[in-house]
Amino acid sequence: MKKSLFLSVAAIVGFTAGVAAAGTLDDTIARGHVKCGVSTGSPGFSGVDDSGKNVGFDVDYCRALAAAIFNDPMAVKFTPLSSSVRFTALASGEVDILARNTTWTYSRDTDLKQTFLGVTYYDGQGFMAKTSLGVSSTLELDGATICIQVGTTTELNLADYFKANGMTYEPLPTSDNAESKQQYLAGACDAYTTDASALHGTRINMENPDDHIVLPEIVSKEPLGPLVRHGDDQWADVGRWVLNALVIAEEKGITSANIDSFADSKDAEIHRLLGTGDDDMMAMMGMPKDGMYNAIKHVGNYGEIFERNLGATSGINIERGVNNSWTNGGILYSPPFR
Amino acid sequence: MSNISFVREKAIPQSPPPITESNSIRWIRQNLFSGWLNSLLTILSVYFIYICLRDFIPWAYGGIWTAGSIRECLDINPDVACFSVIGARWRQLLFGFYPSEEYWRPILTFILLFVSIAPILIPRFIKYFWFSLIYPGLAVWLLWGGSIWPVFSIYLALVFGALGFFIAKNQLRFSSGFSLLIGFVSVVVYFFFIAGPFITLFKYILPINLMFIESLQFGGFLLSMIVGFSGIAASFPIGILLALGRQSDLPLVKMICVGFIEFIRGVPLITLLFVASVLLNYFLPPGTSFDIIIRVIIMVTIFSAAYMAEVIRGGLAALPVGQHEASAALGLSYWQAQRLIIMPQALKISIPGIVNTFIGLFKDTTLVSIISLLDPVGLASLIRADQKWNGIYWELYVAIGLLFFVCCFGMSQYSQYLERKLKTDNS
Repeated sequence: MKKSLFLSVAAIVGFTAGVAAAGTLDDTIARGHVKCGVSTGSPGFSGVDDSGKNVGFDVDYCRALAAAIFNDPMAVKFTPLSSSVRFTALASGEVDILARNTTWTYSRDTDLKQTFLGVTYYDGQGFMAKTSLGVSSTLELDGATICIQVGTTTELNLADYFKANGMTYEPLPTSDNAESKQQYLAGACDAYTTDASALHGTRINMENPDDHIVLPEIVSKEPLGPLVRHGDDQWADVGRWVLNALVIAEEKGITSANIDSFADSKDAEIHRLLGTGDDDMMAMMGMPKDGMYNAIKHVGNYGEIFERNLGATSGINIERGVNNSWTNGGILYSPPFR
Repeated sequence: MSNISFVREKAIPQSPPPITESNSIRWIRQNLFSGWLNSLLTILSVYFIYICLRDFIPWAYGGIWTAGSIRECLDINPDVACFSVIGARWRQLLFGFYPSEEYWRPILTFILLFVSIAPILIPRFIKYFWFSLIYPGLAVWLLWGGSIWPVFSIYLALVFGALGFFIAKNQLRFSSGFSLLIGFVSVVVYFFFIAGPFITLFKYILPINLMFIESLQFGGFLLSMIVGFSGIAASFPIGILLALGRQSDLPLVKMICVGFIEFIRGVPLITLLFVASVLLNYFLPPGTSFDIIIRVIIMVTIFSAAYMAEVIRGGLAALPVGQHEASAALGLSYWQAQRLIIMPQALKISIPGIVNTFIGLFKDTTLVSIISLLDPVGLASLIRADQKWNGIYWELYVAIGLLFFVCCFGMSQYSQYLERKLKTDNS
């Protein structure tokens, strides 16, 4: 009897939980905050400042999402996730959106049953070498010793790239970025390779940054972006279009500072985006009419977020490069907001 | 013939010993240079220590404490430690993201920890043992906050269970086993029918609240302490039961205990932690949140309980069989014999092994950084994610190592004191 009592209680719990998981957006609104999974530490993308506040490029995306839903960029609960638990945390509902510099790949999209919302940052594998080596291109690294983290895709990319260009290299395996850096500084290898965004961050904090150069070639595609669970298209739409709105805002020159001056703009798309016109576009997603206005007002457009976390003001000094609006020679191109 | 006989009339005053036999030189001769081999080893050791400290001492002693970022440190002097990161982040390393205006709560909990273990360790405080019993609940309430009544109601459940047990056993004269069942049923009844209304009622008439702190905000050394000490406190009694169960004559009990111990010991701790963080989410219905810290504490506890059981079994095996026979001859029941004769001796023998397991468990708590809990090691990488401190490795690890060393060394010293006090050599 007791056993059946336990079972029925368990069943009730399971049933109510099942009902509650109807729509992620509705759940989020009812809960009052966004559950966002971020990295356990990736310079520029996700970290905490000295006062304990979450900061970073990925963090700001979640803040924009929260601002769009709640008009409050602080209505986010950040869960730091290591790379080994990130997908299960998303699948099990511990977080509702994963903004954790995750590379968009075919198998992650299909086999792991996730929906990628777009690309927030086009990363790729780069190389750092000492200036004294006198090279200005990766193609001049023929015969060099290269420090490489074992067991990563960077290892395979490196092999592919050198083979394709008919060059040879001597690999020096390391366990992580920290060890690569130490070996490289000790002179054990001529160059070291990892994601270009990490190379920039590491270089700036070396004893003499000018002694080192991040070579211009990018040898792999690492499109990083936020992702959600399969099967909740409404929630995926919200996440995707908040990202698109940030990109459109930069394209149109809308920043957090000047956003209010667009109230009498002639551009109809701006009114649709900011909810300042007659059309309530956001209602199609079940969002407040001025959602995108709030996101841009509180967090800024894509360019501002980039500048704050990865650009010159952040101290990391990554060039915009391809991560620039298509109107400025980059490849960021949002579908129209109509 | 002249008289050359000489009689000394008073004693010669004591002269100082030869210089080679004076205290310090004698000590050095006897202990460091007693032969050519030992002399050689001494010189090599001194050289080795010199090599180790030659770079470390100037690096650490000249460390910079006032810079605002690693860049500033490097600009001042790139060859010394940049301890400024400790200055900027020590709160996070100690408390994680616990709100700073509530720091008094973990500090108070920490102080009360010593108050609560005093009755167990010092015989003359045994009359305050009740505090050791209420401490776990008090600690949970102080650390997590919220209303006091849910925690209180768990204690009430235990009271209900005990009441059911004693009424059944002493008033209704049921057997122990059946009384235990009745006690268990009364706990279940309490949880289903009484706990809810009780909590609601008392929340209304007597709201005693602390600010609620989410588990996500726990981190740093506070997290290590919570996981470590909960694991230590819980694994000890479970370990004793498992050790007794493994020696039991009842085949079923024995099989369960042996199976449990061998299974848990055969699995790495990190696997159990992954089960706690990843697999349990799949088993539980979606949306139920079972606190990650509690999940980890459970896993750490069962892991170290299995080791503890084997350590204590070693102590039990060391006891002469005559002790069991003598206690049986005195007419003591099984539990009386365990409590009065067997366990005091077995545990005394096992002290080094027990403390060894405790220290190992405490250090193993750093593994939780792999399942994204922010213990000091996890925080180190999070701190490096701030571009201001990107590239700082040694300073953080030295600080974390020092914290752990102080705790583990303290435990080890205490166990040695306990051994001397209890004189385990049976002589």
